[in-house]
Amino acid sequence: MRRQLLKGNEAIAEAAIRSGCKLFFGYPITPSTEIIEYLSRNLPKAGGAVLQGEDEIASINMCYGAAATGARVMTASSSPGYSLKQEGMSYLAAAELPVVVVNINRNGPGLGGLGPSQGDYFQCTKGGGHGDYRTIVLAPSKGQEMYDYTMKAFDLADKYRTPVVILADGMLGQTMEPIEFKERPSVELPEKDWVTTGCIGRPKRKISMYNLTNEAGEEISLKLQAKFNKMKDLEQQWENYCTDDAEYLLVGYGTCGRVGKSAVQLARQQGIKLGLIRPITLWPFPEKAFISLPKIKGILTVELNAGQMVEDVKLAVKCSIPVQSHTRVGGMLLSENSVLKKLAEVFQLEVRV
Amino acid sequence: MEKVFSKTKGLTDVPFTYCPGCTHGIIHRLIAEVLEEMDLLENTIGVAPVGCSGFLLDMFSCDFVGGPHGRAQAVATGIKRAMPERTVFTYQGDGDIAAIGTSHAIHVAARGEKITSIMVNNAVFGMTGGQMAPTTIGGQVTTTSPYGRDCALAGPPIDLPKTIATLEGAVYVAAGSVDSPKNVAQTKKMIKKAFQVQQKGLGFSFVSILSTCPTNWGLSPVDSLNWLRKNMMPVYQLGELKATEEVNAL
Ligand SMILES: Cc1ncc(C[n+]2csc(CCOP(=O)(O)OP(=O)(O)O)c2C)c(N)n1
Ligand code: SF4
Repeated sequence: MRRQLLKGNEAIAEAAIRSGCKLFFGYPITPSTEIIEYLSRNLPKAGGAVLQGEDEIASINMCYGAAATGARVMTASSSPGYSLKQEGMSYLAAAELPVVVVNINRNGPGLGGLGPSQGDYFQCTKGGGHGDYRTIVLAPSKGQEMYDYTMKAFDLADKYRTPVVILADGMLGQTMEPIEFKERPSVELPEKDWVTTGCIGRPKRKISMYNLTNEAGEEISLKLQAKFNKMKDLEQQWENYCTDDAEYLLVGYGTCGRVGKSAVQLARQQGIKLGLIRPITLWPFPEKAFISLPKIKGILTVELNAGQMVEDVKLAVKCSIPVQSHTRVGGMLLSENSVLKKLAEVFQLEVRV
Repeated sequence: MEKVFSKTKGLTDVPFTYCPGCTHGIIHRLIAEVLEEMDLLENTIGVAPVGCSGFLLDMFSCDFVGGPHGRAQAVATGIKRAMPERTVFTYQGDGDIAAIGTSHAIHVAARGEKITSIMVNNAVFGMTGGQMAPTTIGGQVTTTSPYGRDCALAGPPIDLPKTIATLEGAVYVAAGSVDSPKNVAQTKKMIKKAFQVQQKGLGFSFVSILSTCPTNWGLSPVDSLNWLRKNMMPVYQLGELKATEEVNAL
């Protein structure tokens, strides 16, 4: 299988092409720009097209239109641009249109800075746009996962007729790693019998979501909620790392998942039974990973924000285990040593760092 | 017995939801007739606005997509790029296209996006109860310009077709009215030409149409037509504002 050294952003772009993505609409923003640049060079060669929209609002709505015809379509941006897409996300969720939306998280709020950040966790997992909706959020932690989860995102989007978010930080987007160009997995997906492609030989169709009566509104909302519940039931994904005998747990996703693994190795060298749960789906949050942890004395969440995912971890363990949070903000990275130091401090452990 | 009139196949049996005397309905019929006459009904995907005409999705017998307020032209761009062989049009109020959606109006024209946009200019936000629109004329009373539009504060109204006509990618730009049988007939010709332009892939085509809003203007249907003639026609240039050589050769 072909392997190539690519930036994480380029890995996403290559996987999109190999997932049958035919159209990409976007607006440049650091640190996500390599995605639109890579696709501008390579998607036309694969029979697709890239259109640089006048802004992120235009881009997500172009995706809306393309998805309505059944085409596989993607957009990508970074935090301020992702904010502009939120109206579109809400409408995509409401109209049940499959679109893959990449957010290469940079530091915020406001224009913020270009450094790696996980500050958009709340925005991505709790809605972001208006109304009662949910979107699947996938969090890769290395280059190959940027590639693999992109392929997965397209399938999940089609499976559930829903927008799917890939959330990674600027570090993952910019770092070059060897990427295996895997073929698209063969997955059975529902037929797109709802697309608006012109009503040749069939009754007319429409795609939109509004309700003229509250009764209709309730019915539509309940139908959507049933779908979100199904996703919650079936799509929770996470990675367990050294958890079998663990007495303490780290929980971190993306870059923090990676740092967390190094911290686990360091701790184990010193005889501390530390493990890691790395959420792969941020929504649905992998609550199932926390169902039965009788040996665990304490959990430390690790995030590049002021502490957002920690709330979901607390909900998942239902106060049965003490949960502490280790964070770094402003676009700065945190080290495995700082994780261990914090672990020692909050759970009164002896460690050498 | 000879049948002298029948409803176009371009419209479904879903009843119009418009107020008495509102001319949205006439404009719907004209578009539907053109699509039927050009045998385009099965080939067409319409894009709806958010506004009084937001429910036209059900009224037309072609496929229809509805998205956010003001974004119809971006949605239409996505559809057209995915299916270049289809006819794609947007139907939008003046608030939808000339206020919240203006950036898309400029850029579909700049790109020469091969879609057709129909703008319905009734000088107010109808759907939300008659607020000032960018197209509200000087001195016009609305709920957000209760003392009449003060052009020193709010600026004079935007004549969007004129702006669009300056962009190279817009190859056909026309402005019509549906206040009289003669103008209805002329507007229909403009709509037809706009769709012909799209069929030939010449570029972006745009037709703006003056329309009444008796409810929010606080006038009877007949007085509304007179108000439109007296107050809107002097402000908004009517006729074919732009037709490139290629368009004229059609
Ligand atoms: C983002 C957003 N802002 C505001 C609205 C409220 N809104 C709905 S329609 C409309 C204006 C409609 O006016 P126009 O486009 O001129 O169409 P008309 O109803 O007059 O035909 C507004 C402001 C909305 N739906 N969405
Ligand atoms: S409010 Fe005005 S634009 Fe809307 S349907 Fe009534 S008359 Fe027509």
